Amino acid sequence: MSEGAARWDRALRALTLLAVDPAGLRGMVLRARVGPVRQKFEALVADLGGEAHRIHPEIGDAELYGGLDVTATLAAGRPVVTGGLADRPCRLILPMAERCAPDLAARLAQLLDASPGHSLILLDEGAEADERAPAPLSERLAFTADLDGIGRLEARGELPHAAIAAARARLPRIALPDEAAAALTALAARFGIDSLRAPLLALRAARAAAALDGRDAVAEDDIREAAELVYPSRATQAPEPPPEEDDTPPQEPPEPEAETPDDDGQLGDLPEELLVEAVAALLPPDLLTRLAEGKASRAARGSGAGAKRRGNRRGRPLPSRPGRPGGRERVDLVATLRAAAPWQTIRRRHEPGPGRVRVHASDIRLRRYEDRSDRLVIFTVDASGSLAMTRLNEAKGAVELLLAEAYARRDHVALIAFRGAGAELLLPPTRSLVQTKRRLAALPGGGGTPLAAGLQAAGLLAHQAQGRGLSPRLAILTDGRANVSLEGAGGRAQATEDAARMARLLRAQGVPALVIDTAARRGDAGRTLSDGLGAAYLALPRADARRLSGAISSALGD
Amino acid sequence: MTPVFPFSAIVGQEQMKLAMILTAIEPGLGGVLVFGDRGTGKSTAVRALAALLPPIRVVQGCPVNAETPEAVPDWALGVGEEIVEKPTPVVDLPLGVTEDRVTGALDIERALVSGEKVFQPGLLAQANRGYLYIDEVNLLEDHIVDLLLDVAQSGQNVVEREGLSIRHPARFVLVGSGNPEEGELRPQLLDRFGLSVEVASPTDIDERIEVVRRRDAFETERDAFMAHWGAEDARVRDRILAARECLRGVEAPDEALRDCAQLCVALGADGLRGELTLLRAGRALAAYEGAEALGRQHLRRVAPLALSHRLRRDPLDESGSGARVARVVEEVLA
Repeated sequence: MSEGAARWDRALRALTLLAVDPAGLRGMVLRARVGPVRQKFEALVADLGGEAHRIHPEIGDAELYGGLDVTATLAAGRPVVTGGLADRPCRLILPMAERCAPDLAARLAQLLDASPGHSLILLDEGAEADERAPAPLSERLAFTADLDGIGRLEARGELPHAAIAAARARLPRIALPDEAAAALTALAARFGIDSLRAPLLALRAARAAAALDGRDAVAEDDIREAAELVYPSRATQAPEPPPEEDDTPPQEPPEPEAETPDDDGQLGDLPEELLVEAVAALLPPDLLTRLAEGKASRAARGSGAGAKRRGNRRGRPLPSRPGRPGGRERVDLVATLRAAAPWQTIRRRHEPGPGRVRVHASDIRLRRYEDRSDRLVIFTVDASGSLAMTRLNEAKGAVELLLAEAYARRDHVALIAFRGAGAELLLPPTRSLVQTKRRLAALPGGGGTPLAAGLQAAGLLAHQAQGRGLSPRLAILTDGRANVSLEGAGGRAQATEDAARMARLLRAQGVPALVIDTAARRGDAGRTLSDGLGAAYLALPRADARRLSGAISSALGD
Repeated sequence: MTPVFPFSAIVGQEQMKLAMILTAIEPGLGGVLVFGDRGTGKSTAVRALAALLPPIRVVQGCPVNAETPEAVPDWALGVGEEIVEKPTPVVDLPLGVTEDRVTGALDIERALVSGEKVFQPGLLAQANRGYLYIDEVNLLEDHIVDLLLDVAQSGQNVVEREGLSIRHPARFVLVGSGNPEEGELRPQLLDRFGLSVEVASPTDIDERIEVVRRRDAFETERDAFMAHWGAEDARVRDRILAARECLRGVEAPDEALRDCAQLCVALGADGLRGELTLLRAGRALAAYEGAEALGRQHLRRVAPLALSHRLRRDPLDESGSGARVARVVEEVLA
């Protein structure tokens, strides 16, 4: 059997198990682009029977939880409440699941946790590796099937309806041998699956498999099948060799939470290695790259998940627009009445009855706001002796130039200087140009170059700013030649190492940066620093005013 | 409503369970923040705790769960005099919730249809005298967080908008949970939580197996499971109730106060909130254990809960704030 056909069969088997125990297995993630194969699978999903609803990533609370039916309410003149999808057990199908916002994911997760009968099918159409259905949801669903690359002719088969009905009847009586839970839990640990939901779902899957195959108790085959269906997509590490073979600690796994399995994880008579091999054979081929990407994008996602939603301090009102009030919007009363006003005479003629103002659903106007995060440019200026003699004034000039630019763009600015033993926040984030200039002019020079301390201070400030909804950018003016360590002690080696470490931390924090090299003679130090930070690089000696301001605009982005 | 997983059946996670019990004894502690990985039982514990607590007596139909008819706010229409019992409210605050929904707002539909100006109470009213649970609290939008902070501080929700001027009591225990990988919490909000716990999946394989077994039993043999653990839960409930009774009688000797202050100074915790929480949490623990006075053994156990989130962030200390607190506790209370 070809690889594609085998994958299709597994997906079909997963769907069959789901049909047997939808409440226990909760659903599946289907990763596939739109195409005949997905269509075929969706037809099978529709064939499951029972109540099903297609929802969309922008679904409102009213549809989900029920709420006031505005049209019916206005027509009836008294509140008419409609039920929501959460009220009765049903199967929800969410297309474009990779675009699902975290708040919808949280609500659906709550729904799955609280309700006994809901199941969820996520149709994940992500094209890139990092476009995925939200983790809080996919973690709660038993199965994941990747249909990409399966040929149209390989997608064959129907749901065995008779067997499913029989299995449903048998399901409550399926006995579970004692060692099954232990085996599945231990196996999950071997693959670095941290969440305990995974073994629970696997247990349910094993039960459903036993019921489907007409057994009264869960057998070894069922356990293997459950593990094969539930674990591969969740694995965070390839299985380590069995513990008795290596007494040295295993190589540091990519995920810190991965643990070595205990020797005394009793497996009864289940051949653990067979299970491990069965699952390992199905690990997604891109497991390692995915892990690496997951780590790399984590920092960016950490700020990114919030930046859009919470990164906005205020909103500029936009014209209201017609719409249906859901949970998120507020009705613009005045605009709504204004929209209704011209129609009043006609409406009164056609709809006699009491009531002064006749408002129809089409009159309702919703408020809209546009908001955008403010930018904060953190100037981190090297005021050490090596710079003070010759170039501090030029650096100050450059900062003033950037300040003017920042002022024109209504950015916030902050100023950090480092010299001698440590760094100092000279000016907390402000919009006051005058204050900044004054502090800058008074900036004394001299002493060592505690680059690491400067970077640390900048990182802390950037972190705080992110929390306040600003988008921080760093502009670092230095020659990059650190000679004071983070602890304030001299010594170039330690200082350089500390600086490199802080640069890495800053990079992981995901703050865009620009390094302006102020060294009189060009050296590698500035370049090394900018590489460590993943920052843009600009050598001051040959930068004039226009180039500088152009560079900072393009380097720091919008 | 399906039965929730019993509190006492939760395997391990002792710190989290202790923190929750302490807030149940002393609601004035200011809530719990639970940070940790997915699938570690955060939500389960919150819901289990609420199910464990005894029902509260409220005026029937009152939107703010008032205890006596006199306490019913005057804007609440059609509320009777009858007192009924209802379970301790646990209100979920979903992400993406609107301000209107949280504070309450003008009832637009009533305003449009009948021209009446009626206040439609929000989640804060519902949560009064109960729990307000925010899952993924670190992803909550800023303006909602500000609003919550203000109300949690004052115990009153004030609505001044759309021609309404309304205030009602909103005293609730704030429980937040989240996954630190997805975003951090602003220090202002961190500080407002009385206790904080970091949870992780158990690393011991036997413990993990026990978790899976119990959860599986809960799902497949619910009646037998609930019968067994329901009795355990009742025992915990009785202890909580007894502790509430004797909480005011627990003495806090001068040495204990001095210990609290010393711990906070040694850790460099900002403000005095740390000391106060430490003291209150220690007393609640002493009451729970039936002790007559607050002692060092109590402080030692609650210090990580009360202080670990109040430390200044140190990006280079990889050991985590919990370890730092433990170290200082060992030094100060040696």
